[in-house]
Amino acid sequence: MTEMSYLDGNMLDGPLRELLAVDLSAATGRCASCGMVGPMAGLRVWAHAPGLVGRCPSCAEVMLRLVRAPDRAWLDLRGATYLQVPMPTAEPFPRPL
Amino acid sequence: MSPGFQGRRRTTDPALPPGQYLTEDFPVLSAGPTPRVPLDRWEFVLATETGDEFRWSWAELMALPQETPTVDIHCVTRWSKFGTSWQGVSLDVLLDGVDTAADYAQAHSYGGYTTNLPLDDLRDGQAWVVHGYDGEPLPAEHGGPARLLVPHLYFWKSAKWVRGLRLTVEDEPGFWETAGYHDYGDPWREQRYQGD
Repeated sequence: MTEMSYLDGNMLDGPLRELLAVDLSAATGRCASCGMVGPMAGLRVWAHAPGLVGRCPSCAEVMLRLVRAPDRAWLDLRGATYLQVPMPTAEPFPRPL
Repeated sequence: MSPGFQGRRRTTDPALPPGQYLTEDFPVLSAGPTPRVPLDRWEFVLATETGDEFRWSWAELMALPQETPTVDIHCVTRWSKFGTSWQGVSLDVLLDGVDTAADYAQAHSYGGYTTNLPLDDLRDGQAWVVHGYDGEPLPAEHGGPARLLVPHLYFWKSAKWVRGLRLTVEDEPGFWETAGYHDYGDPWREQRYQGD
């Protein structure tokens, strides 16, 4: 039996590029604080701030932080346990093992 | 916000840190809903790394020696405002008699905001808990009932609606510091983002 091993993080580039290029407003998110599931477009976003702060419309906890520097950006999604993103039909990652 | 006609002054005024422009108004920045804290329920809690806690009610804060610092403030979103006048209590007063070996403090606020600073930056007349602005009670949109004032660092370090300080042995990055902003935030060294 072959020993299982991990892959270089570079392999995430393709899958993440496909994911992060989508319109996030069509995605569904789950709030890590209260568990509410709803459209990311339903977040309440505070924009007059050093970054964009997206809060859960149910409990007001932070689900998303996006900070944009001139040459870099940070996306903090610790307040969201998942994003569910509509995808074109294709084989899932990882492929059937 | 446009630099507009302040551009010439921006390059010549030695009181303006690099990359900043001068504003005469007082922009309101906020990362969430404005907390409304009744004064009879307000408290400020200073917790040390060993678990000791020091608490002040609103009345107790008011009974402490008051100062009226007039300082320049610098927001990381590039506006600066000169000669702002505040009223409040020096952190030297609040830290007096507090036995600690901590090197850092994390300020936490009503509403959940946090920010981290070296403890030394809160001492020696560099920081206050302020409750008055321009001779009036500090408005909620500017952080009232009380906010931190640490004018030598970018203004996100001056936590609005401050509720307390946790003194920590390790540096614990706060709300913006964990999302790309600089850990220290010195406007004179233009420490806006991580790695600056």
